[in-house]
Amino acid sequence: MSGRLPVRKTYKLFVGGAFPRSESGRTYLVDGQNVALASRKDARDAVRAARAAFAGWSGTTAYNRGQVLYRLAEMMEARAGDLAGVCSGRDEVERSIDRVVWYAGWADKLAQLLGGANPVAGPYFNFTLPEPTGVVATIAPDAPPLEGIVSRVLPAVVSGNTVVAVSEASPLAAIELAEAIATSDMPGGTVNVLTGRVSELAPVLAGHMDVNAIDLTGADGATAELERLAAGNVKRVVRGTSDGQSLWEIEPLLEMKTVWHPIGR
Amino acid sequence: MDELEQRPQGTDWLYAPAPESREIVHFQERYGLFIGGETVEPRSGEWFPTLSPASEEPLAEVAQGGADDVALAVEAARGAFPEWSSGKPASRAKYLFRIARILQERSRELAVAESLDGGKPIKESRDVDLPLAAAHFFYHAGWADKLEYAFPNRRPQSLGVAAQIIPWNFPLLMLAWKVAPALACGNTVVLKPAETTPLTALLFADVCRQAELPPGTVNIVTGDGSTGEALVRQEGIDKVAFTGSTEVGKAIQRELAGRAVPHTLELGGKAANIVFDDAAIDQAVEGIVNGIYFNQGHVCCAGSRLLVQESIAEPLVARLKRRLSTLRVGDPLDKNTDVGAINSRAQLDRIRELVASGEAEGAELYQPPCDLPERGYWFPPTVFTNVAQSFRIAQEEIFGPVLSVMTFRTPSEAIEKANNTAYGLSAGVWTEKGSRILWMAERLRAGVVWANTFNRFDPASPFGGYKESGFGREGGRHGLEAYLRFDG
Amino acid sequence: MARAGAVDAVALEARSGELAKRSIKRASKLQALDLVVRMIDLTTLEGADTPGKVSALCAKAMRPDPVDPSAPAVAAVCVYPNLVAHARERLAGSGVRVASVATGFPSGQYPISVRVADARAAVELGADEVDMVIDRGAFLAGRYAEVYEQIVRVREACGDAHLKVILETGELGTYDAVRRASLLAMAAGADFIKTSTGKISPAATLPVTLCMLEAIRDVHLDTGRMVGMKPAGGIRHAKQSIQYLCLVNETLGREWLTPERFRFGASSLLNDVLMQIRTQKTGVYESPDHFTID
Repeated sequence: MSGRLPVRKTYKLFVGGAFPRSESGRTYLVDGQNVALASRKDARDAVRAARAAFAGWSGTTAYNRGQVLYRLAEMMEARAGDLAGVCSGRDEVERSIDRVVWYAGWADKLAQLLGGANPVAGPYFNFTLPEPTGVVATIAPDAPPLEGIVSRVLPAVVSGNTVVAVSEASPLAAIELAEAIATSDMPGGTVNVLTGRVSELAPVLAGHMDVNAIDLTGADGATAELERLAAGNVKRVVRGTSDGQSLWEIEPLLEMKTVWHPIGR
Repeated sequence: MDELEQRPQGTDWLYAPAPESREIVHFQERYGLFIGGETVEPRSGEWFPTLSPASEEPLAEVAQGGADDVALAVEAARGAFPEWSSGKPASRAKYLFRIARILQERSRELAVAESLDGGKPIKESRDVDLPLAAAHFFYHAGWADKLEYAFPNRRPQSLGVAAQIIPWNFPLLMLAWKVAPALACGNTVVLKPAETTPLTALLFADVCRQAELPPGTVNIVTGDGSTGEALVRQEGIDKVAFTGSTEVGKAIQRELAGRAVPHTLELGGKAANIVFDDAAIDQAVEGIVNGIYFNQGHVCCAGSRLLVQESIAEPLVARLKRRLSTLRVGDPLDKNTDVGAINSRAQLDRIRELVASGEAEGAELYQPPCDLPERGYWFPPTVFTNVAQSFRIAQEEIFGPVLSVMTFRTPSEAIEKANNTAYGLSAGVWTEKGSRILWMAERLRAGVVWANTFNRFDPASPFGGYKESGFGREGGRHGLEAYLRFDG
Repeated sequence: MARAGAVDAVALEARSGELAKRSIKRASKLQALDLVVRMIDLTTLEGADTPGKVSALCAKAMRPDPVDPSAPAVAAVCVYPNLVAHARERLAGSGVRVASVATGFPSGQYPISVRVADARAAVELGADEVDMVIDRGAFLAGRYAEVYEQIVRVREACGDAHLKVILETGELGTYDAVRRASLLAMAAGADFIKTSTGKISPAATLPVTLCMLEAIRDVHLDTGRMVGMKPAGGIRHAKQSIQYLCLVNETLGREWLTPERFRFGASSLLNDVLMQIRTQKTGVYESPDHFTID
């Protein structure tokens, strides 16, 4: 009993910028830690928070969003040691931070690459711009623990989407990431993290009528039922990579808006 | 002076009938399915008549494609795929250019056929549907050998067999929206035209023959909803493209769950057409009329909700009603007809049911006096005022010539009301203030925003919805993506 | 006064283009052509105009088609002030009215006293109708009150004569300006508003006419006044004239389908209309050689 007794961390959910316990009062054990086991109602609350944050986050300038995401990379760098403890190690942390920086740089370039002016046959100016789809439910990949969730959440938020991410197998990394997000100037509710059972939460999110898209990258095996539920409000169903980065990871979570205006005296 | 004043005041000047001749189109008594470049009898052995909605006269009999027929068509498309997808892209381009030219050359015939089978005014099939259908083939022809420029570093590849299901409101135009990009991207096609409007698709089969398109590249299977269902269920399809109701779209998305078949859905809408008090009022009235009475309101992106700033509501609605009295409803083949026949009995029943609900809920109905023909399916241009956001007529897609008028006070309120719907296909904004147009356009959750115009379409302009109006885009570079996969 | 408001050029032109596609056949066409003849202000406005030229024009105005006595007379003959007396003499008793341009036609760039005197002189010489020009210089400089005031003074000088106010739309630059000038002219007392002098291109067009018709409709809705419309210049073919009638019919309605409220300022239009009337009646395409040039 000679050394100082360390203070342990309580792993809670991340909803609306706050860290609540599950309303159900349940926890599950991961790597010797008690982790909040999110319920259907927690999922509902997270969607509500994501929806509330959408107008603000999508309404910020692309430059500002890029800066906030870069700030997230700064916060992760500062917590690199903690992050390394909940994933495969230093390399994965560095890859994850670099990925955040990479996506941060995309915010103010999407419109130029994906949008444009369309030469219509008539006296009209016509242009197409990408916009975020809305609220995205993300089933985070089991692995890599940190890089996986970073690789799915960043391409969603960079364009202005807000996210409800579910992490079952790597909740410690997810919550460590959430703590970095909480200190990154990202408005509360932009990213929400639910730790818990995919089998319990994914159907709730897939069927939720106020979720616009569902990212099933982390949902292994039979996703047919989730896809069926997603049809209830014509959700965009997305699959990507858990360890890669690409503009094409961003694009499926965008809507293309086309605007017409006459050209006349 | 006196002498002039004694003369009669004005003249009743009625336009004499000006019917487009239907002699230019010759329908066969019966049309089989178009599979593998041949016309074949349906294995189902079943046929059904397609009617002219303006007269209820049967125009021809068409095949009721069954599951076996669908399987055969998909097999034919599979068979044609390797050669079509690996052939010279420049040749694909030339085939599409050929089709575009043939559509132009036969445009009068096809326009008459479209108006006969679908009930839309000849001036619309002549001036909108046919020119745009040809334009879609022209536009996509040019892409066929430039795909790697459209998607640099992504190595675009054809998907395979595209199953395409199209609606009855713009039969040939929707065919063009679907078939042109699919072929340009090296896919082969099985197309299921709408039950009530199969004839121009069957004439298009002949266009494909004239263009000497390789057999099996385009296959056309007519039938009712069950044929479409069979097509979506069929093994061996690599892509589904659907335009139609949100209800059927959801059923297709459910059916495709877990099958890893990419799909694009272009579904319903309940667009807000928003008029501010500084708008160019006469042109706004024209835009409102074009927005909801164009094609009898059978338009997924129709401006079916008029949101008008309260300070201008009275004069605007007065001008709108006055304008409605000049709409000429009647014979679709008359060149002066502005509003034609409702596409089918079923659609007419649905319109009537929703209009009755509007009256029952307390909205005030206005219809200009107009003599509707006795036979056929008709509904007069209709405006509802005193509509609350909660009424069914303000929420549900009517898909008919029925406008619901609501008011707003501020731009924020307009946005709130416009976006308060499960749909998100299109929206209109009318104001002379440029900054407000952009402010509104940014906030409207809809795939197409028409500012100081409405219902404009172009093959270079991506079209498609947010939310429950579907996903994927048709037209423009963006539309190609729906028919490609990327190895890079 | 009706709301000035704005006009969207593209949508206005699209609408007039749609109306121009109306297909007018058989009896409707014949009825329209007959009406067009009765609506024509048969016009000569040349420096070289002489009594001889005007005599010929008047003869044509009274009996446009010598072969077809049922062909109606035109509405008016439109000349420069110096030829008014001569025209009046020739047209006496025929019902065809004499219109005179005035107020420093065509530019209007003269002192207002001169322009008012010009109008008064035309009336004193016997003009039933005065076609005045607005001061586009003042209008484009934003001196709207001055333009208004000038029209009011000419209106007073005209007495009982009908006043048509020429906006010279080809010089106004935008439909917004055309609409504003139309409302201003009507407020100042115009009986008719008229597109053009015929000396500037573009002269009358379908969209500019539609724009003016919509202003007329708004004044009617607001005040009950029924102001007339006269497109002038560039209307040479029967088919064009029927397109104008479709615009009137579907914008203002039957009450404006009368020479009292709608005129065409034209010269060569008449023969083309006569030719079409005969074609409608005989079913044979006609040659211009069978129609007199006056």
